[in-house]
Amino acid sequence: MNTVADARLRRPGSLEKNPRLSRWLWVNRDGTISIFSGKVEIGQGILTALAQIAAEELGVALERIHMVPADTSRSPDEGVTSGSLSIQDSGTALRQACAQALALLLARAATRMGASIADLRVVDGTVHAGHRSTSFWECSDEGLLDCDVDMESPLKGPRDYHVVGQPAPRRDLPDKVFGRPRFLQDMVLPGMLYGRVVRPEHGFAKLVSVEGSKVESMPGFVAIVRDGDFLGVLAEREATAVAAQRVLRSTAVWQKAEPLPRDIHLWLKEHAVDHRVISEKSDAGAKRRAAKTLEASYTKPYISHASIGPSCALAFFEAGKLTVWSHSQGIFNLRADLSKALRMPADAIVVRHAEGSGCYGHNGADDVALDAALLARAAGGRPVQLQWMRDDEFGWAPCGPAMALTLRAALDAEGNITDWQHELWSNGHSSRPGRSDHPALLAAWHIADPFSRPSAVNMPLPAGAADRNAIPLYEFPNQRVVNHYVREMPVRTSALRSLGAYANVFAIESFMDELAAAAQMDPIAFRLRHLKDPRGRAVIESAARRADWNGWKSEEGRGHGLAFAKYKNLGAYCAVVAEVRIDHEVRVARLVVAVDVGLVINPDGVINQIEGGAIQSTSWTLKEQVRLGSHGIASLNWEDYPILKFSEVPSVEVELIDRPDLPAVGAGEAAQGPVAAAIANAVAHALGVRVRKLPLTHERIVAAMDQAT
Amino acid sequence: MPERFSFRVNGVATEVVASPDTPLLYVLRGDLGLKGSRFGCGSGQCGACFVLLDNHAVTSCDTPLWSVAGKSLTTVEGLAKNGEQHPLQRAFIEEQAAQCGYCTSGILIAAAALLQSNPAPTEVEVRAALDRNLCRCGSHNRVVRAVMRAAAEAAS
Repeated sequence: MNTVADARLRRPGSLEKNPRLSRWLWVNRDGTISIFSGKVEIGQGILTALAQIAAEELGVALERIHMVPADTSRSPDEGVTSGSLSIQDSGTALRQACAQALALLLARAATRMGASIADLRVVDGTVHAGHRSTSFWECSDEGLLDCDVDMESPLKGPRDYHVVGQPAPRRDLPDKVFGRPRFLQDMVLPGMLYGRVVRPEHGFAKLVSVEGSKVESMPGFVAIVRDGDFLGVLAEREATAVAAQRVLRSTAVWQKAEPLPRDIHLWLKEHAVDHRVISEKSDAGAKRRAAKTLEASYTKPYISHASIGPSCALAFFEAGKLTVWSHSQGIFNLRADLSKALRMPADAIVVRHAEGSGCYGHNGADDVALDAALLARAAGGRPVQLQWMRDDEFGWAPCGPAMALTLRAALDAEGNITDWQHELWSNGHSSRPGRSDHPALLAAWHIADPFSRPSAVNMPLPAGAADRNAIPLYEFPNQRVVNHYVREMPVRTSALRSLGAYANVFAIESFMDELAAAAQMDPIAFRLRHLKDPRGRAVIESAARRADWNGWKSEEGRGHGLAFAKYKNLGAYCAVVAEVRIDHEVRVARLVVAVDVGLVINPDGVINQIEGGAIQSTSWTLKEQVRLGSHGIASLNWEDYPILKFSEVPSVEVELIDRPDLPAVGAGEAAQGPVAAAIANAVAHALGVRVRKLPLTHERIVAAMDQAT
Repeated sequence: MPERFSFRVNGVATEVVASPDTPLLYVLRGDLGLKGSRFGCGSGQCGACFVLLDNHAVTSCDTPLWSVAGKSLTTVEGLAKNGEQHPLQRAFIEEQAAQCGYCTSGILIAAAALLQSNPAPTEVEVRAALDRNLCRCGSHNRVVRAVMRAAAEAAS
């Protein structure tokens, strides 16, 4: 936790990079306040939570806050909306900025009324001194906030909060419920053309030839756009663009890509090029007490983002300047990579955020922006909207990386873990734009003068990436954790919700249950024996209590399991109890999730994120794997890539542990790993057989049972 | 080649000129500017583009224009009538039953079709009726609560 003294030395959150107060907010004459955040709405409700923080610190009604969509021409550069960091980065910055704005407004009001600040009474932006009154709206002018945030203004204490900590309805919901145009996919500009990009269903090495005559006669056809191996089509009507894309795809001649490995997990283990020991502890005395050793290997497949709405962008060239509307998580980084790929200066490009379908990591949003820009460059000054088709998204967006893990541990005669070893093999978990000399945008590798494709990399610890949550929070006397990095990428990989934490927590928490069984102990008691962190213990105990863990009644084909993690070992604490029923397939009946995110900004927002994360992780864990064909991704529609359906969704109960005096951390990714392991542990409890390969399908369970007998 | 087609959308007599095999979704979103029905998959697998056709939820992304000639359609924009919100819309806001909201229109249409044929569904029936709608954010349980709430409200 930051102390007050630390905070004054260094500007917190995103203020360090964006210290100008007027960059964060404007006080408008019409009684509203415009808040500029560089973080973007991706379906997680962040703009509602940030509005609550601003309203709270300024002491005005939530309705007065207008959240301005992020835009590279005016918003603070807050990097990428990722890693469950928006509350820390943007919330902390806005809190300080609004506190200073309040102080400046009050000083100006006092001067205007000839009163002292101590005599002012403020009600929702109206300032009274005796019988006189003025308002924030009257006191504000352009110069007032034109200064740096100085960190001197006192912040409101959590005990005085009225808006923060209360459930606030999502501001974007009415439009979405009444079917009003709200998404980027719904935007229309005058003269706009519709574009589609043409890529084959599977990977390709080269576009050999394309024959346009079959599409040129379509009514409303405008142009075929080719730039090297990049191919697209423009039309007056969207249906024409779609029809032309289908025809061009099937008639173009593509040279096939290199074949893909048959066993990706074996391949990963054979192709690691960097082997990093990320944690090591040794205690020879403890090692000598080892009475029993266990080893287990786990795998996680490639997982698709699988947003319901495929990625979309709108691009417009006008007088040598490019404007792009995008649902990217990082509009400044996207601008940087568009500048490289299009070989034009970054200051000639503006990227504006507009909402898209739900985003859970680095999907096709950035790629489609370059696709749209390439088509717009050939559109004679008309704007171009381009949405990927479903198979573009499944086949070409980056995947969450496949991972292989091997864990070993030793137990002493009393059931204490004396030695713990964790090895993981994985590609990098980020190939986001803006982080390499070469653009990380798909079409940049296909244009006539192509760029080379950067390999996915891992961000360093403590947050980590492939190794996120690989270092256990439990306390073991001997410990060794190794991250084996694989640079070569048979399948393009990048960040997907929780990165490596999903697989690492699945493996660690599965293995903890295997060890508890070997020690003949209750899995919860076994965990608590090795865990000192009081907040960690509290969520485990809370989930167990709510689920009535000790009152469990055994029944054929039913099981329960628990798992726990502190996201990134830095963020939210989360413990999950899963209850499953197994007939032909695994059915998760109930999830009980206890979570501690420190100070809670919007309780309903946190619960919604945890519920959503828990259900998505259940879907990953029971059903999801990207299928690889001989030359590319073969799961290109919802039949080949099924996700959890309404009738398969478990009940989810969320227990929030509010800690108003501790810093607020994000909630969006905390449940991913614990839910997976809790389900796996419940399956093992029900069957007496451990399934170590995700997803936990009928075939996997049958295979595990065959192996056990 | 383009032809003229007549049908009713949200109670309004409508004419469009387009190729007979144009998917209805693009006619709604493009020609008619009704953006509430959304493209998800183009093959009737996800439900984001559902519209009511004679009180049945159909996927407009793979329904050809010619097949709706002379028929009556309701899109999400037509659920509210005479300025009054549909009970489902009120309930979705009450329950905060969405995250990204991209699938929401299609779910509202499927739920409206359900409540027309079965005004007091059980939770199991609601879930079964929504199995043709995919949601990726994990808002399912809130959605089910909202549909149950709307049904209860309509009954009271």
